[in-house]
Amino acid sequence: MIAEAGHYALVLALALALIQSTVPLLGARLNDGALMNVARSTALVQLLFAGLSFTALVWLHVTSDFSVVNVFENSHSMKPLLYKITGVWGNHEGSMLLWVAILALFGGLVAAFGNNLPLSLRAHVLAVQGWIATAFYLFILITSNPFARLANAPAEGRDLNPVLQDIGLAVHPPMLYLGYVGFSISFSFAAAALIEGRLDAAWARWVRPWTLIAWIFLTLGIAMGSYWAYYELGWGGWWFWDPVENASLMPWLAGTALLHSALVMEKRNALKVWTILLSILTFSLSLLGTFLVRSGVLTSVHAFATDPSRGVFILMILCVFIGGSLALFAWRASALKQGGLFAPISREGSLVLNNLFLTTACATVFVGTLYPLALEVLTGDKISVGAPFFNLTFGPLMVPLLVAVPFGPLLAWKRGDLVGAAQRLIAAGVVALLAVAFVYAWTRGGAVLAPLAIGLAIFVIVGALVDVAERIALFRGPLSISLRRASGLPRSSWGTMFAHAALGVTLIGIVCETTWNSEYIAAMKPGDSTKLAGYEFKFEGATQRQGPNYRELLTQFTVTENGRLIGAMAPSKRSFITRGSSTTEAALLSRGFSQLYISLGDLNDQGAVTVRIYHKPMVLLIWLGPIMMALGGLLSLSDRRLRVGAPKPAKAPRVLQPAE
Amino acid sequence: MTRKQRRLAMIGGAGVVLVVAVGLVLNAMRDSIVFFSTPKMVAEQPIAAGKRFRLGGVVEPGSLERGEQLRVSFKVTDGSATLPVAYKGILPDLFREGQGVIAEGSLDKAGVFEADTVLAKHDEKYMPKEVADALKKDGHWKDDYGNKPAAPTTSGQTSASAAEGGK
Repeated sequence: MIAEAGHYALVLALALALIQSTVPLLGARLNDGALMNVARSTALVQLLFAGLSFTALVWLHVTSDFSVVNVFENSHSMKPLLYKITGVWGNHEGSMLLWVAILALFGGLVAAFGNNLPLSLRAHVLAVQGWIATAFYLFILITSNPFARLANAPAEGRDLNPVLQDIGLAVHPPMLYLGYVGFSISFSFAAAALIEGRLDAAWARWVRPWTLIAWIFLTLGIAMGSYWAYYELGWGGWWFWDPVENASLMPWLAGTALLHSALVMEKRNALKVWTILLSILTFSLSLLGTFLVRSGVLTSVHAFATDPSRGVFILMILCVFIGGSLALFAWRASALKQGGLFAPISREGSLVLNNLFLTTACATVFVGTLYPLALEVLTGDKISVGAPFFNLTFGPLMVPLLVAVPFGPLLAWKRGDLVGAAQRLIAAGVVALLAVAFVYAWTRGGAVLAPLAIGLAIFVIVGALVDVAERIALFRGPLSISLRRASGLPRSSWGTMFAHAALGVTLIGIVCETTWNSEYIAAMKPGDSTKLAGYEFKFEGATQRQGPNYRELLTQFTVTENGRLIGAMAPSKRSFITRGSSTTEAALLSRGFSQLYISLGDLNDQGAVTVRIYHKPMVLLIWLGPIMMALGGLLSLSDRRLRVGAPKPAKAPRVLQPAE
Repeated sequence: MTRKQRRLAMIGGAGVVLVVAVGLVLNAMRDSIVFFSTPKMVAEQPIAAGKRFRLGGVVEPGSLERGEQLRVSFKVTDGSATLPVAYKGILPDLFREGQGVIAEGSLDKAGVFEADTVLAKHDEKYMPKEVADALKKDGHWKDDYGNKPAAPTTSGQTSASAAEGGK
């Protein structure tokens, strides 16, 4: 009954989406306010039905109704409640249902909070949302119905893949989808602007908060996925340049570029056409990510060819939306008015540079991800494009971008003073050089590249601080004035500082982890001890334990530093009965930002366990960086000019900016 | 500068970055792309010792031997040819006899594949896609390879790499 209700709710949501994608457009043509307002109610009711449908599936999973195929294949009555719920999106059908539910959520939010939008713009935006929703409802109902029943209900389910039974992966997909799908809003705004042929600074003001929200979630989602891979896969890697990861990195890079170009458009009414194009590209890359992960094309080109219904359907959605929006762009973009002028050396110029590098880096990731697929389809040759490729392409493109990051905020709009900006960054440069010398000396002349990279990271961090220090005239007058200025500084400036400094923080983490990571692998018996990076690890013993739906080999280690006990670590290995597979639960011990990491291999005949022990210096900074970026985004989102939402350019906050 | 000159400067700058990026991509394509082979392909077209490639196939049942200090050796087969593999380190969780595996490394002079990385990539069939495709092409695919369903959400991989620590 619940399953049928959920299915029915989904069909109703499709019907509403169809209305939403046509009637408001008609209203806009006829200039009929009542018809345009239909968009608002349909979006809200559609959210209700999509939400009901999703809730129904959650309910089926929680109550372990194994007469539903989806529940039977991905759940087990003994699974803990948390994983019964998160198992809903641990499979294809359920995750697509989550996808449309989030799409409906964003549509509903625009409908609910878009009161200050011009009526026709809101009608157009929601209509475009309706088209996307229609396509994906059809996809679910035709190819991947999560509510399909089994003729004979089995007594027990087949359980969820054990590596997915983890809190990190429980939260990761919803975060990622909030990011992916959130970019549909800026896409809809772009399409609406193209259809209406009208685009002004106010448009950018409305788009930017939505883009920021999506970007914050995507940033956190990617970071969480990376941390999950780090502790769950058992060998301490945190980024594999796997196509699935690249699929989320590409929209992030394009979305970051979009955030910055929308800023130029909002403040200076320039880069309009480019911003529209970026909005389209960002969401297109989100769709591409959905296609790559959901069509099975990565798993096997062969599987894609033999069971093409899903893959071809998403490919069609991809072609229609990307092709359609780009055609609309080609047709209408020339109608948009030219924006303001600016010199190459200016805030605008620096943001163009940012966009240039981000989109180029995104393009290299695109090539590295799709080239093997294209080659296999065209010639049948199988190649793997791994980390070395991306290190040689993505890496070099990030270096000039990072060097330029501190300069951007110090340049004035319209016409900047590069020498002046450089002078103000002298302090940051000096600190960076000292850091290079210090790290080089401290590591006794080891790698040269690593100290330089750390110097670059320090330059970015100090540069971000210098920007704010300049704005509040720190050290140039009484502290009280600086404090007063600081409290009056727009939150978006603080946001910029956090997000930019976060880049440096992440870079330090990456460089330290990859350069000075130390590792020890051996078979150990209870009572054995070993030394690594100044720590002594003693294997105390192993016990067997029964978990809710697995058996567990639990081991105890004690860690001492210079004879002083600093902690116990308990890595384990779980064997899941139903699936007949096992997972490694690594034990982590944080020392400042560094971590000690133990994971277990096999138990051999003589009672010895193979053990991997790592010391990962500064590794936590890799994820602290994205959290700081998200915090920066949040600060920027709470900025007064976005909250107040007046469509006129805000004059007040810019009074405090120097050199204008 | 006029609008036209500014636009030209902008396009020129973008062109330079794009040219550099294309250069980087082509350079990386030449050096860092690893080809995939099966034991049968190695038997038919010998690969020079020392050249890196990815070897894929099924771990031959009964061939896994554990030696001293985490040394392991096993044989990889694709039904028509077999290649011995040597590896030092911890095998990934999903590694098991009779299941698909991908090893990355190179052949030594004796014709043994010295792997520095062993991947047990789990798709929904617990079979790496290259291996599945190769087996299906040669008609050695058995349906029971595919009898272990898994959630297709992640195509994550577990991997073991012995060479990392030393770098």
